Amino acid sequence: MPRADWEVVIGLEIHVQLLTQSKIFSGASTRFGADPNTQACAIDLGLPGVLPVVNEEVYKRAVTFGLGVGANINTRSVFDRKNYFYPDLPKGYQITQLSDPIVEGGEVEIPLADATKIIRITRAHLEEDAGKSLHEDFHGQTGIDLNRAGIPLLEIVSEPDMRSSAEAVAYAKYIHQLVTYLKVSDGEMSQGSLRCDANVSIRQFGDNELGTRTETKNVNSFRFLERAIEYEIERQIGVLESGGTVNQQTLLFDPDRGETRPMRSKETSRDYRYFPEPDLLPVEIDQAFIEAIRQNMPELAPQKARRFAEEYQLSDEDARSLSADSHLADYYEKVVGVGKDSKLAANWVRVELLGQLNRKNIDISETPVDAKELGYLIARIKDGSISGKIAKTVFEALWEGEAESAESFIEANGLVQVSDSSELQPLIDSIIQNNPKQVEQFKAGKTKLMDFFVGQVMKETQGKANPKQVNELLNKKLG
Amino acid sequence: MHEQSISQMLDALDRKEYSCEELITHHVDRIHQLDEQLNTFITHTAEQAVTRARVLDTARAKGEAPPLAGIPIAHKDIFCTEGVKTSAGSHMLDNFTSPYDATVVEKLQAVGAISLGKTNMDEFAMGSSNENSYYGAVKNPWSETAVPGGSSGGSAAAVAARLCAAATGTDTGGSIRQPASMCGITGLKPTYGRVSRWGMIAYASSLDQAGTLTRSAEDAAILLNVMAGYDPKDSTSLFMDVPDYTQALNKPIDGLRIGVCQEYFGQGLDPDIESGIQLALKMFESAGAVISDVTIPASQHAIPAYYVIAPAEASANLSRYDGVRFGYRCESPADLADLYQRSRNEGFGTEVKQRIMVGSFALSAGYYDAYYRKAQQIRRLIKDDFLAAFKKVDLIIGPTTPTPAFKIGEKSEDQISMYLQDIYTITSNLAGLPAGSFPVGFSQGLPFGVQIIGNYLDEARILNLAHRLQLETDWHKMSPEEFS
Repeated sequence: MPRADWEVVIGLEIHVQLLTQSKIFSGASTRFGADPNTQACAIDLGLPGVLPVVNEEVYKRAVTFGLGVGANINTRSVFDRKNYFYPDLPKGYQITQLSDPIVEGGEVEIPLADATKIIRITRAHLEEDAGKSLHEDFHGQTGIDLNRAGIPLLEIVSEPDMRSSAEAVAYAKYIHQLVTYLKVSDGEMSQGSLRCDANVSIRQFGDNELGTRTETKNVNSFRFLERAIEYEIERQIGVLESGGTVNQQTLLFDPDRGETRPMRSKETSRDYRYFPEPDLLPVEIDQAFIEAIRQNMPELAPQKARRFAEEYQLSDEDARSLSADSHLADYYEKVVGVGKDSKLAANWVRVELLGQLNRKNIDISETPVDAKELGYLIARIKDGSISGKIAKTVFEALWEGEAESAESFIEANGLVQVSDSSELQPLIDSIIQNNPKQVEQFKAGKTKLMDFFVGQVMKETQGKANPKQVNELLNKKLG
Repeated sequence: MHEQSISQMLDALDRKEYSCEELITHHVDRIHQLDEQLNTFITHTAEQAVTRARVLDTARAKGEAPPLAGIPIAHKDIFCTEGVKTSAGSHMLDNFTSPYDATVVEKLQAVGAISLGKTNMDEFAMGSSNENSYYGAVKNPWSETAVPGGSSGGSAAAVAARLCAAATGTDTGGSIRQPASMCGITGLKPTYGRVSRWGMIAYASSLDQAGTLTRSAEDAAILLNVMAGYDPKDSTSLFMDVPDYTQALNKPIDGLRIGVCQEYFGQGLDPDIESGIQLALKMFESAGAVISDVTIPASQHAIPAYYVIAPAEASANLSRYDGVRFGYRCESPADLADLYQRSRNEGFGTEVKQRIMVGSFALSAGYYDAYYRKAQQIRRLIKDDFLAAFKKVDLIIGPTTPTPAFKIGEKSEDQISMYLQDIYTITSNLAGLPAGSFPVGFSQGLPFGVQIIGNYLDEARILNLAHRLQLETDWHKMSPEEFS
């Protein structure tokens, strides 16, 4: 049976690390990259007698996300214990939310190649992260780093609404954009701030029943997510077409081999024996708390794109591209604020700046060219005091760190454009005088020679003459 | 001086009849001489105690002594004590030294009370006889062959034997009141959330409550004044003002409405205990209290509900003892599963393992609704019954235990009859209500108490009535001959 006959069904569970200073149930720091076990206090270690206390910041983040996807905020939510033994789970249970999550429902509209699609959100709940097992450097033993234990997470569960790996990736990217926009998370995937579990099943088109799904856990890049899902689709088709059955199991994606494989050798269905966490009372959130967050909701990417298109007269494509990342959008608006030409600014940010950033694989938040400097360049182009070409020279100097500021660099290198006609006029007169043959030909109709005259002026002024001014003066003289 | 109450000791210290050091040394000496036969302590902290007493004597000389400076106390070994072994009566934590103090420990230390050590207990507070301790059974000071009750048996026996003025305890199903009754002392379990659980090793988190084991209701009021209060480190602690419990002690009980719980006077109740309670009621009546009958019908389901909820919570609370980070670890584990299985199998005692298994079962998929959910429903019914009763009466009275202290070894093979020990005490844990046990007589030469249950946060009224009882009777002043 050809692949086109199989319908793919995908749902994602995305774990987002909430942007907080301290952990969800303790005062230990959440800073990334500290030495193992230096950010784990008595509570994180699960010492006898310790008790969890919820960090209120996590409610704000979760409610912000919920409002961002138009979900219901449950004014009463309950923490539960999920019981299982693992060395990186100090208490032998994870505190999470099972039956009464803080966020329920909602949806997002994701952009696809030639359309958009609605993906429904089932729920989003708060929970604590586990620690990390370290298998290297311990001579056959396992090391445990509990710095991650108790890091606050929001697990965002989608409905099985995606039908291809491309849709799954588009959805994951959308969620990533959303949580970084809302400052719910820093979204640093390389640091584990956003991880995806992909539930994948296949069925023949027309079937109403869902096929048996597998869950590929802890995928931490969009590229791996696409590859893992693609691999899993092919694998499941292979199994079904050779007459086998897909087993419900938990898988891990191995990016080196490009394949998924079972997480545990012997798959037993786990009974987590959930029950309400008796150390924490049910969470009561009042309407005023929700309203206060609603009032301060930042503008989301789609709204921002619409505003950019209107306010700055940008093409839809420019508006979408510049609003895709909140840092980029902020940068662009700063450039416009100084440069006062939104289209020119859009062009420079997209072509010059993003071009360089992408080539060098640098994030906009770490750009070496300050938005104010780029804005200054645009203002100078606009008022004609420098040419676009010179602006590029200045931009390069800024990029390489050779210029302290655009202004000082232009001044120090005498790059200010000559547009003073009293300076240009004598020069033009002498060029006309020295090139009688060309003047004759021009007057005879060979208008292309205008470029020759402009070129001569530029040569004499070392490119600093304002080309527009030169054209005008030449036209007057020769016309 | 060991026969004195806390307030008498404070007076004597004030009048310089003796110093903190003399008071502490006297009790330390008694522990050395007498505790070998009783086994009430797991850990002694005599040296630290004497050092601390000297510091407090200096402070007293400068007029800077904190309010309870020099009072000799002991902590149940379930409270974490910084730098001191905290075992919870278990082999599992025999090697565990806590890096921090429980809130209760910290608060008592701050007012100058001096801990003489950590008292023996049933392992992880699971038991009603103190026979389930890794450190051996505790003996009842009134009879060497009898149990002191449990799980705070070490604390109760130490106070009864006058080895310390008072001790802390915890009560999950009766673990303060039952040993207090059996040792002839005063035991108070406050309202759930009244005292912080931070640093108190968890058995069943929604039922565990710290309280006091003392000679008298007055001493209980003095200690509760220190221990009670909101603690930001415990989300279940109550954000409520703490009254001065000593203020209410002498209020007249004229017109006080006392309910007699009918369910507590049925089959299996020792006749001496029953008549002792009746005598107390007569005394209250003649002092102006109004006695009427109340009923808590759902209490008949209390024991099964308790033995689902408590083990369920325990099964999760005790998961952290896995041999990975602290506590007992088996010798040369072959792999991770072996490490877990042998560490837990060798580190826990039989009763603890049994409750972990019962609790895990009650929470299992497919059984949760039939056991855990149903037990929670019973819990709500019990609470509703009590709330209805407290519309009619101010306090509820009954026995603390069905019998006086039984013989060591007598019930250790008969789990059901051991569990029935808690039949009168468990309901107030399930409802979260405050309750205390106060000595009112002897049966077969062994003491027993009357239980007084109050409405939420009404500890003051319980102590008020108990103090009245103790003004008119001397049961609480009696001490076992060998230890007087």
